[in-house]
Formats: sequence, C-alpha cells, structure tokens
Amino acid sequence: MTDDAAPEKIEDIEIRLLLEALYLKYHYDFRNYAMASIKRRLRQARDQLGFATISALQDRLLHEPSMLPRLLGYLTVQVSEMFRDPGYFRVIREKLVPHLRTYPSLKVWIAGCSGGEELYSMVILFREEGIEERTIFYATDINQDALHAAESGIFALERMQLFTENHRKSGGKSSLSDYYQAAYGRAAFDKSLRRNVVFSDHSLVTDAVFAEMQFVSCRNVLIYFDRGLQDRALGLFKDSLSRKGFLGLGAKESLRFSRHANFFADFDRDEKIYQRRAI
Amino acid sequence: MTASQAKAIVIGASAGALEALSAVLTTLPANFKLPVFVVVHVPPDKRSVLAELFQAKCQVDVREIEDKEPIEPGTIYFAPPDYHVLVESEESLSLSSDEPVLFSRPSIDVLFESAADVYGPGLIGVILTGANQDGAQGARAITDAGGVVLVQDPLKAFSSAMPEAAIALCPGAAVMSLSEIADYLREGTAR
Repeated sequence: MTDDAAPEKIEDIEIRLLLEALYLKYHYDFRNYAMASIKRRLRQARDQLGFATISALQDRLLHEPSMLPRLLGYLTVQVSEMFRDPGYFRVIREKLVPHLRTYPSLKVWIAGCSGGEELYSMVILFREEGIEERTIFYATDINQDALHAAESGIFALERMQLFTENHRKSGGKSSLSDYYQAAYGRAAFDKSLRRNVVFSDHSLVTDAVFAEMQFVSCRNVLIYFDRGLQDRALGLFKDSLSRKGFLGLGAKESLRFSRHANFFADFDRDEKIYQRRAI
Repeated sequence: MTASQAKAIVIGASAGALEALSAVLTTLPANFKLPVFVVVHVPPDKRSVLAELFQAKCQVDVREIEDKEPIEPGTIYFAPPDYHVLVESEESLSLSSDEPVLFSRPSIDVLFESAADVYGPGLIGVILTGANQDGAQGARAITDAGGVVLVQDPLKAFSSAMPEAAIALCPGAAVMSLSEIADYLREGTAR
C-alpha cells in the first residue's frame, strides 16, 4: 500500500464518523480538533473502555447517553498544575498587574479552565497583589465534570509540594498553605477564593463572546485545535478584549500563524503575552 | 522500502543523548532533503538549549517546535520541554500537554506512533542511548506500518536499556553503530 492514492485508513474513517455522531447527537464539536491527539485519545478510550473498534464505541455512544461523560473524560480532561510555568505568572505579577491596577474594575477570563489549577493560581496572585476585590473571574470549560471539579477546589494533597514550589518561583508573596486545608489526602481550597468567580459552560468552538475582558488567559487549549479552529477562538478573544487588553497563551503557542495576528502586539515575547492593539 | 523512498526521520534519545545525537546530526549535509524530528528527554521546568546548541554545530536548519509548526524539508525539529510532539500531517506538527507517557513528556512513543500514522512506509525511526523503555512501542508501530527502524548497538551505547527495549519489541529493527546510522541517513536517503 505504498501508492500515493491509497484509500483512507479504516480507523480514520471510523474517527470521522464518531466525531460526526458526537456532534449530531450531543452537539459537542470535536471535528476541527488537531487530529493526531484526538486519534491517540480515542484509541485510549477504545482500549480502556473495552471496545474492539472505534465503530463499536460509536454505536454505544449513540444509544447510551451515559457513555457521553465517560468519552468526554478522554477527549477533554487535562491535568495541569497550579502556577504551571512560574515565569508566566511572574511576568503577570511584575509587568501586567501594574497595568491592571489602573482599572477601577476588571474582568478576567480563564478559557478552558479544566480542573481549576490555573484559575486558583490567578485568584491567589490577584489577592496577593491587592486587585482581587475589583475583579470578576470567568472560568469556562465544555466539560461539566471538570467545571464541577474546579468549583469544588479540591486537589490531591500530594500535588501541593509541586504547586507550592511553582508558587514560590512565580514570586508568591504568601504561603500557598494559607489558602487550603488538608484532610484525608486532599487539599480543599478556601471558598473565599471563589467569591468573585463565575463558572460557566462555554465552548470556544460553538459559543460567542459574552463580556468585555481586560485579560484573557487561555493556556494549552489551542494546541488541541486545528488552525481554522484556533482562528475562531482567537477571534473570540480579540472581540472580547477591551482596547489594550491582554491575552496570555501557553509557552509553545503563538499568534504567528493566525489571521488575527495583526490585532495584537507582543507584550512579553518569552511568556507569550500579547496586548490588543487599538484598532 | 529502500531508504531513498523515505519522507521523514524520527529520532529518540535519553541519557547520553548529546554525544550520540552529535555523531548523527552534525554529519547531515547542507542539502539534506528530509525533515528530522527529535525527542530528547529533558527536564520539564528548564528552557531547552538543544536547538541552539545544534544550530551552531549542524549544517542544516535547527528549530524548537512551536504548535502547528509547518514541516519543511532539510530541517531538524526538537521537541520542546514538557510537551508531546505529534505529526499532524505531512505539512504540520502539533503539540499536546496530555499526561506523561512512561513518565516522559515529551514522549518518544507519542512522536513515533503519530509519525508512523502519517508517513507509513516512508518513515525511518532511530532509537539511541537511554535508560528507560520509551520508544520501543513507537519503533514497533513504525515497522508495523512498513517503515524502517535503526537502533544504536546497546553494547556501544552510553545507556543500553532503551536500545535493548526497542530491539526486544521490534524484531525488524537494524542494530547499528552511530557511524553506521549516520551513513545510512546521509547516503541512504540521498537521491
């Protein structure tokens, strides 16, 4: 089968059909996700859920709605860290906060918040810098289970060592342990951290702009999208941001290949923080 | 396949990687035609200097991968720390921050398996020195898809575990010294 015009592989056909079924039946749209990762995750779901083929998985998905959350677990769940890439949070603290301080009220959007690690990092940083009170945080995700986890603010206690180390490297001014209580192997973060947080089901693929933001942080979410879908999401961020608002991306994501690149200027090139141009 | 049908090369290396990679990559000539994707196990919290280091030593272009990086011929691409690299199509690469595989992110298996999906028999995979099992599954995926796998001779490797694991899981692999691997990539893939 070295012929260049070789027919599409059966598995590739099965994947396209499953994604179509997922969209038609449940309105979750993964059709323009980066295919290599989707393929890997679907193979994992197929094997661990005990199906011989992706077609068999699709059959069950269509006829048993209880399969949906299980499959979404494979397709969307992301394990992050609090203060992942401490340099990013250090730049927010030292370079971005001085700008944000000049606003009487702030709106911050954590897009694709998953289990909430980045959200809690941001709220703690804003509290340390004395601007939490004036801020509303929007934490959005398409995965309901992830949103519930984020809302509960509970993480495995064994992760606190890494989170504490990251927090320290980010220039943290307090001790992370001030914000959680440890019990039964779990760390429960203080509910006061959620006082100004709105948790919401929102899809960067199918939903629209919902508020004007001064800062959007969306890290390691766009890597799972193909370029067309990345452009859609970046268009939402562009339209959400106020004049001179800020956009933070993951360490290896960039606007380089986007048609919206012209609407943004580098704010911190190394940490992938951009500023909305006044156009 | 014969080597002249190759469309891309993937390389995985871990403990002792620097020396082994130098022996292979610095010999690729300036007019080398294929893209080369390299995963080296590096600590997640450090900025990697691999791309800069090899750019200074190599005759071809060397880059660290960003998301949706376009694939160009005659270029060496290094995986960034703390991300998996996947070949999306013959035109572009993508990154993922899915959980580590065999404690590794980037993972050699993840790169190799996605590359085998895209390039099939047009892929050459190379497993060099390393102290774990990463890459063995990926090497197997490459030969299963009709591609070629070269493994550094474990007796001559700085760390033999990774080559041994690959040979065990991938009976079709060719075991070679570093200079033989370099010769194969250079001469075997020249038009």
